[in-house]
Amino acid sequence: MTSDSLSAASPRYSGVAIALHWVLALALVSIFSVGLYMADLPFSPMRLKLYNWHKWAGVVILALSALRLLWRLTHRPPALPPKIVAAMPGWQVAAHHITHGLMYALFFAVPLIGWAYSSAAGFSIVLFGVLPLPDFVSADKALAALIKPWHGFSAFTLAALVLLHVAAALKHQWVDRDGLLDRMLPSRR
Amino acid sequence: MTAFSFSLRRAGLILAAALLSLSAQAEQKLLPAQSEIAFVSKQMGVAVDGHFKKFDAQIAFDPAKPEVSKIAFSIDTGSATVGAPESDAELPKPSWFSAVKFPQATFQSSAVKKTGPGKFEVAGKLSIKGNVRDVIVPVTLTQAGTVTTATGAFAVKRLAFKIGENEWADTAMVADDVQVKFKLALTGVGKL
Repeated sequence: MTSDSLSAASPRYSGVAIALHWVLALALVSIFSVGLYMADLPFSPMRLKLYNWHKWAGVVILALSALRLLWRLTHRPPALPPKIVAAMPGWQVAAHHITHGLMYALFFAVPLIGWAYSSAAGFSIVLFGVLPLPDFVSADKALAALIKPWHGFSAFTLAALVLLHVAAALKHQWVDRDGLLDRMLPSRR
Repeated sequence: MTAFSFSLRRAGLILAAALLSLSAQAEQKLLPAQSEIAFVSKQMGVAVDGHFKKFDAQIAFDPAKPEVSKIAFSIDTGSATVGAPESDAELPKPSWFSAVKFPQATFQSSAVKKTGPGKFEVAGKLSIKGNVRDVIVPVTLTQAGTVTTATGAFAVKRLAFKIGENEWADTAMVADDVQVKFKLALTGVGKL
């Protein structure tokens, strides 16, 4: 089966969903890398800059994720093509749903925990240096220490799920050769 | 002889009166535990609260005669904290307060005037890190029992005092304006 014949038969994600998927994919890889890098930097303007950029980017990702979820709820994503489902063991179908569900939960949890940590640590977020965002937890050092590990823990969990997601997509593309990936690729027309 | 003893007694009385008026003018005492000197700086738009843990004051202030007041402060620059350990470790370093070379920041009043009920304006010289600038500090006094509380706020330009040098001189990162806020609890101040 060629991917061409499949994509003709199988509905693709909507253009908006595809755009949000790839923009957020790039954003998540970038912000995760910056987060890893900045944490070990010595006290410097670069560290201060990266921390603020990381927070701003996190808020933008949170907003885009909300938009994405809203879009998904109002524009049903295409169901898995029956031929592909038939070729998949039951646990893989379940894993597919669980992975997507968990990733969506973490799209919100990771930035919200980071935001809460920043507020608890006494550093309110001022988006792009101009728009002060509310603190939904109050400045409290003990609370900050309690929250801190969870931002990293949730981010690493999301990273692991993203790796699993990518590995599964590549398996469909190169091992199963079922063209599943075409549903999410920008149209080549 | 009587004239001499009379004048001696008079001299004694004058001395006693002088001593008395001196004791009435004796320095007011600062209650450090109930006082605070805080500062707010802005880092990339984010207000960061800090304060000094150690400071002292020598104050001779009479609300009835504010113009003869003398107000002096000394602040241990090494006691600055913004509540984050990694930032606190940096503040005493040479590019910020240079606390080894300049262990104290000082304020010395030059003129005090009353501007309204319980309101005063204190002009003086602020010295930080070897840089001296004139400042005018508005002060509001409130009294409760024996304690008089002086509150006020004023802005300083951090770069005028070379606080945050070299890579930290960029005001896009850390704003030049720093708000200084104080609350000072004093005993021994006369009735307002």
